[in-house]
Amino acid sequence: MTGTVGSVWLDLAYLITGVLFILGLRFLSSPATARLGNRIAAAGMLIGLLSTLVGTGIVSWWIVVVGIVLGTVIGLISALRVKMTAMPQMVALFNGAGGGAAALVSTAEFLFRLQGATFSRGVVLPYDQGLTIVLSAIIGSISFAGSIIAFLKLQEVMTGRPVTYAGQQIINGLIALTTVALAAFIVALRGAPEPLWPFFALLAGALVLGVLFVLPIGGADMPVIISLLNSFTGLAVALTGLALGNNVLIISGALVGASGTLLTILMSRAMNRSLFNVLFGAFGAVSSEGAAAAGAAQNIRTATVDDVATMLAYAHQVVVVPGYGMAVAQAQHSVKKLADELEKRGVSVKYAIHPVAGRMPGHMNVLLAEANVPYPALYDMDDINPEFPQTDVALVIGANDVTNPAARSVASSPIYGMPILDVDKAGNVVVLKRSMRSGFAGIDNPLYEMPNTMMLFGDAKASVDDLVTAVKAA
Amino acid sequence: MQHLLAELTVFVLALFVGFEVISKVPTTLHTPLMSATNAIHGIVLVGALLVAGAAFPPLGAVFSIVAVTLATINVVGGFAVTERMLQMFKPRSTVKK
Repeated sequence: MTGTVGSVWLDLAYLITGVLFILGLRFLSSPATARLGNRIAAAGMLIGLLSTLVGTGIVSWWIVVVGIVLGTVIGLISALRVKMTAMPQMVALFNGAGGGAAALVSTAEFLFRLQGATFSRGVVLPYDQGLTIVLSAIIGSISFAGSIIAFLKLQEVMTGRPVTYAGQQIINGLIALTTVALAAFIVALRGAPEPLWPFFALLAGALVLGVLFVLPIGGADMPVIISLLNSFTGLAVALTGLALGNNVLIISGALVGASGTLLTILMSRAMNRSLFNVLFGAFGAVSSEGAAAAGAAQNIRTATVDDVATMLAYAHQVVVVPGYGMAVAQAQHSVKKLADELEKRGVSVKYAIHPVAGRMPGHMNVLLAEANVPYPALYDMDDINPEFPQTDVALVIGANDVTNPAARSVASSPIYGMPILDVDKAGNVVVLKRSMRSGFAGIDNPLYEMPNTMMLFGDAKASVDDLVTAVKAA
Repeated sequence: MQHLLAELTVFVLALFVGFEVISKVPTTLHTPLMSATNAIHGIVLVGALLVAGAAFPPLGAVFSIVAVTLATINVVGGFAVTERMLQMFKPRSTVKK
């Protein structure tokens, strides 16, 4: 189906696109050149698309024009209007769109081949192409449906808690087996005139699998899942490329598939859990009676704004530990104001970023960057942990599970073994929190009961704003 | 099959390049990176254009138009969002202390 019109030039253009993508990713690996990297990749995309439009014999122009105009308007408006805090779900949606497109392209290619079957006898769909078509349809559909569920969870349209039910693994397994059986059936027919229903049943099965695969995954694990779905779409695109015999799809899809997988593994490792455990552990589905019992025994100290402000104003070093709560309250600008106020008084302010804080990798970095916090002030877990014993105040803003000392000491805790920020080693810990509700993982945090911990309840943004005023007065 | 093998070679080599390039990215840039790779797999738009070009009525046309739309959303939205994120990363020198 790859047009033969000017096919040498087209292949050359695709080669340039592939190279520009690789260079773009290379430049993206340093903050100073990252913007250039993004633009190089965008230029590569433009070259690939324009060459395709010019170099192939496109017949149905109206489809192309309507699709591109519609897609540009929707994509641009949502990208420009989305709030920085809603970035994870936006990325999930764009990813789902790509996955859906890959599945549809494979479906269209399949229909095209079948149409050929009515004109000529014999094999119209060799085994290898049949296999790549069904695989890209399956993976693309899983990515599409999974991304939609991830979006709904992050947007809090549906619960962020893991959704589990009896026999979940068995039901998922059966649907997966049925889908594989359908795929084998379709490939084996080799495009002989056949009914369309097996292919549509295959798509439906893959969509259901996508939904069921993300449902049992808790909000805290969403960064890993978004990254994984990203690599799924990459893989689906590469497979579409194999089905169409198109090198630029193969190269780009493989790049994204590989990078997404690597990122996923890095993140699982940061939580000291295997990817398998993230996917099938139904993390955070802890028995509710345990949480309730522990909740009753809580013995906590609440602080007033003035207490905390005084403590901060006369500290030598303050470490801010942001979490998802800061994102929800949109408190990043207020946090920066507080840091400015403290730095004016000679207090050293650092930010401790846990690798899985927030709802996507680097979530906190992006938010703080939006608030103009210079990136050298942001410290990774391994760099900041040795500093906590010399820190006067650790200011925990809407972070929970990543500061939970139970991960170090309580072997029965679901997060046991996850590397955490050692905030409990700081002289004082101030926790800004909306209520005593447990974090996304649904686990109690013994940090709150420690003698050097004080709680400041309320909306994170309001609390930090109050602190700014109080520090000015102190 | 010969053809597939050549394509498979390209695929496997590109996988290695992907691992190699990404392993050097600092955590600070993980979000823009994910967002940029997210935009890059929008290249499936090329595939969508190819099948749309050869579209035949009526089912294929419906699929093609949805495919082109979705892929364009992926490309345009992906790059625009990445650009917005990266605008916020400024080196210390340009940020008032």
